[in-house]
Amino acid sequence: MRHALVLGLAAAVSWLRASAQAPDPTAAEFDKFREVLEQDNPAELFEVKGAELWRARRGPKNASLEQCDLGLGPGVLKGAYAQLPRYFADVDLVMDAEARIVHCIMTLQGFTYAELAKQPFSSLVRTPEPVSLVTYVAAQSRGMKFASPQNHPKERATYETGKAIFHYRAGAFDFSCASCHGADDKRIRTQPLPNFTKPEQAIRAVQGWPGYRMTGGVMHSLQWRMNDCYRQQRFPEPGYTSETLSALLAYLTVNANGHVYRGPGIKR
Amino acid sequence: MRLESIGALALAALLLASCATPQRDYGPDALAMMKRDFHARGIAGMDRLNEDSVQATCNKYQDNPPEEVAAKLEKEEFTAIKWPADGKLLGDWKAGERIAQNGQGMAWSDKGGVGGSCYNCHQVGPRESSFGTLGPSLYQFAKKRGYGADIQRYAYGKIYNAKAYSLCSQMPRFGHVRALTEQQMKDLTALLMDPASPVNQ
Repeated sequence: MRHALVLGLAAAVSWLRASAQAPDPTAAEFDKFREVLEQDNPAELFEVKGAELWRARRGPKNASLEQCDLGLGPGVLKGAYAQLPRYFADVDLVMDAEARIVHCIMTLQGFTYAELAKQPFSSLVRTPEPVSLVTYVAAQSRGMKFASPQNHPKERATYETGKAIFHYRAGAFDFSCASCHGADDKRIRTQPLPNFTKPEQAIRAVQGWPGYRMTGGVMHSLQWRMNDCYRQQRFPEPGYTSETLSALLAYLTVNANGHVYRGPGIKR
Repeated sequence: MRLESIGALALAALLLASCATPQRDYGPDALAMMKRDFHARGIAGMDRLNEDSVQATCNKYQDNPPEEVAAKLEKEEFTAIKWPADGKLLGDWKAGERIAQNGQGMAWSDKGGVGGSCYNCHQVGPRESSFGTLGPSLYQFAKKRGYGADIQRYAYGKIYNAKAYSLCSQMPRFGHVRALTEQQMKDLTALLMDPASPVNQ
């Protein structure tokens, strides 16, 4: 399966390069390619793995995650992902999906943050448990509208803080998130750049994640995506599941509220 | 008359209420959060989170500073440009093309400055169709503007420090932050300015 994907990717890349003269048809063709792949989405393998992990008794406390509260009550998964980030009174914080799952792994199963944050992103030889878990959880919101709440004062403050983080220019190249994602109809090379400050485009920040990435052939979550953006922004590294990333994800998701989530997807 | 004065009172109360809840500036909260949550990795130290005077001004005014504020800082940035000691601004355009193509450099996954990332944002030479559109097209740069010493100086200076010309430009300050060496900037200037460069065909 991986070989077929790699071959398909190689063909797509050479085709993209050859036809890059007209960037918009290129993007359209890539979308078609993605649609074909989505009918047999490798993300489903990680969804199944995540389902097993959710029910498995693991860790020093030998417990499952079935009592994990993702905002709709202990063990309620249906629609939970589409309503994250949200405020959690038990920690007095706004958390995104992966931050909350990591919190549950720590509190219910007894793993430490240091263990989970040591190598938090997928490689060809290893997919961290939270990545499979977030894929499983996300799949339970497939077809539902994003509805990250703005009711609690901390949810509103977190959105505003996330907005400020999004626009903060610094670092070696004077970049902010908005340098690439703050204007309409821009590209890096042939890659279109959605304007995340606009609701109708902000959906593209969260749609398709967690996603099976054809570059490298691994499953990645939004935590990885935010991390890689900061690498390219020439910033130091943000902490895994830190408040900064939850705030940034709150800003992006609230902007995308009302749009239908299509479930774990496929990324270039 | 009575009704009118009640109306005026209500209006005044409304105005007061709206003044009492001004839009809060979340910038300080954001920066404090980032300073707590980020860590140094590779060449990307925590000092990169601190704004310099240009970044602070552009952040404060959302990239739209008052003209006199911008002019003063642009002048400071311009004065700090280090022009080549030998007075020559044009290097080898072929080397320049390779530097323009290379999008690596200055990230925590890099060892230092490497490439100019030019094609990420600009159309440059006519043979590369994979180019970005965050910046303007540079195709036929000198053919359109002229090959004179003043345009050469403008090209080199803009690569060295784009903020010396437009304070809140989205373009990095390649010379100012030592992302590119003097020779690399000369090679890029040649890519834009050499009459033999494909850029000017």
